[in-house]
Amino acid sequence: MELNNINEVESVIKVIPIEYYIGLCSLLFSIGVMGVLLRRNAIILLMCVELMLNSVNLLFAAFSAYRSDPNGQIFVFFIMVVAAAEVAVGLAILVMMYRNTKSVDVSLLDKLKK
Amino acid sequence: MIEALFYTLSVVSIISALLVVFSKNPVHSVLYLIITFFSIAGQYILLNAQFLFIVQLIVYSGAIMVLFLFVLMLLNLNKESEPQKNTLFKMAGVMIGCLLFISMIALLKGADRIAMPAAYDSQIGLVSNLGKVLFSNYVVPFEISSILFLSGMIGAVMIGKKESTDIN
Repeated sequence: MELNNINEVESVIKVIPIEYYIGLCSLLFSIGVMGVLLRRNAIILLMCVELMLNSVNLLFAAFSAYRSDPNGQIFVFFIMVVAAAEVAVGLAILVMMYRNTKSVDVSLLDKLKK
Repeated sequence: MIEALFYTLSVVSIISALLVVFSKNPVHSVLYLIITFFSIAGQYILLNAQFLFIVQLIVYSGAIMVLFLFVLMLLNLNKESEPQKNTLFKMAGVMIGCLLFISMIALLKGADRIAMPAAYDSQIGLVSNLGKVLFSNYVVPFEISSILFLSGMIGAVMIGKKESTDIN
């Protein structure tokens, strides 16, 4: 496999500094955290968790591309595997919760507090 | 050209992520989340990570989003009936999000001091290259992830099935 000099490659690496990716991914992650704190609908909470996982994935891929190290992209693949399993189990829990409480409002799930 | 694409995709993903959080109707949230996932897939193309692009489209925009929409329709939640938190909690949530963003930016400010390699390989994200790495260095985690999927599948079926005895 031939290695190219970074000055000869016409790609995003040359024109966009890595800080821009860090800023974008931090912003997406913060929006996800904000959504988890603001909303009470359990489905939206799961979607915000997916958003946070995606922002971390993008940062992994960006660092992997900038350092030309394939291990980061393999890690993203494993994160996606775990996310898919997590969503399946999470939505099953949500369906069970709806069956028991007739609602997906997470603030109803405070039986452990009482 | 590349800069314009990067900025367009970033703005689209940020705006649609905000709309995921702030739209009242859950179905709209799911649709905006699909837009976010597609723009992140576009970022993968910009980084020449073609394998991740395809996996993102298939797994996230395909499978996970269909699962979300399916559950949303199954539970008949496509109406704006969510009780709202009070204003103090909302303000606190927004404040915590902004503070987290600022502190993350401050923490990651020194990332440019990481030594970048002199030689650069633009082909690392291709399917053949990643496949070689995955099946030479990461065979055991790959096999373990299949066990994770199996247990996740069994768990989803066990949790989701109707209980024969009424627990109430």
